[in-house]
Amino acid sequence: MKELSLHILDIMQNSIAANASLVQLTVVEDPEADTLSFTIEDNGKGMPPEMVTQVMNPFVTGRTTRRVGLGIPLLKAAAEQTGGNINLSSTLGEGTVISALFGYSHIDRQPLGDMAGTMLGLITSYEDIDFVYRHRVGKEEYTLSTKEMREILGDVSFSQPEVMLWLSEFLKENEAALYGGNDTESNH
Amino acid sequence: MKSLADLEAIRKKTLDQVTLRKDEDGVRIIVGMATCGIAAGARPVMNAFMEEVAKRNLEHVAITQTGCIGMCRLEPIVEVILPDKEKVTYVKMSPEKVAKVVAEHIVNGNPVTEYTIGAAE
Repeated sequence: MKELSLHILDIMQNSIAANASLVQLTVVEDPEADTLSFTIEDNGKGMPPEMVTQVMNPFVTGRTTRRVGLGIPLLKAAAEQTGGNINLSSTLGEGTVISALFGYSHIDRQPLGDMAGTMLGLITSYEDIDFVYRHRVGKEEYTLSTKEMREILGDVSFSQPEVMLWLSEFLKENEAALYGGNDTESNH
Repeated sequence: MKSLADLEAIRKKTLDQVTLRKDEDGVRIIVGMATCGIAAGARPVMNAFMEEVAKRNLEHVAITQTGCIGMCRLEPIVEVILPDKEKVTYVKMSPEKVAKVVAEHIVNGNPVTEYTIGAAE
């Protein structure tokens, strides 16, 4: 993975596979504390305690087609190489929370990358899932709620071309505004 | 700056077309979006399909994601299914290849053979 936003896309697929109806993502970039962190919280089926302790192991996976699962181990390695860590807690039947912490200015920290692309794909592909996405950079912040958008859209789908284009622009503009109008992180 | 108020306008504009379209069979574009697909570059491919479909205002096309289908070395993999046609599997896709697939296959119905799994294997 070349970007943290790709790890986020990958880990959020776990929430979707766990039949979550609500997935909440919060990304916080705090240059003062020199940290970047994100948390993904879902209301999916959760995992039993023995799975939670094993899931960092690449030879453990929830799927039945194959015996390796690399999503979480890759994220763990990406966080640890910047002096950070990941945390996972899960309750069977209630959901899972996973968070990752990175050293913001660490030379090995991958750029956050194209968050707009990650969210656009998820929102338009999984229309029956509610996504709440918050992104904060220093004191700047914005929040997107697909439930709020869906209330306005009614029967009109997110995959309707005009809606898709609007959502793409909306995400790109809000992401850019977080960095003072530049279209990516200033520290690329 | 785009705002939620724009959505209301879009909804009003598209509502009539939407009700008409619901019974029609559409084209399905399925992008492999497991760890292997994402690492190989599936997200920009998916976003390119979305942009191309939106630009051409193709209303009968659904773009969805799927997991790993077991051929990780050929990712990004995209399956295109036209109504009443056999599934076509494109491998080692890139954003640059997307416009051609949309124009020749999805709009005109002729699969781009050189990008398919048959040509790669």
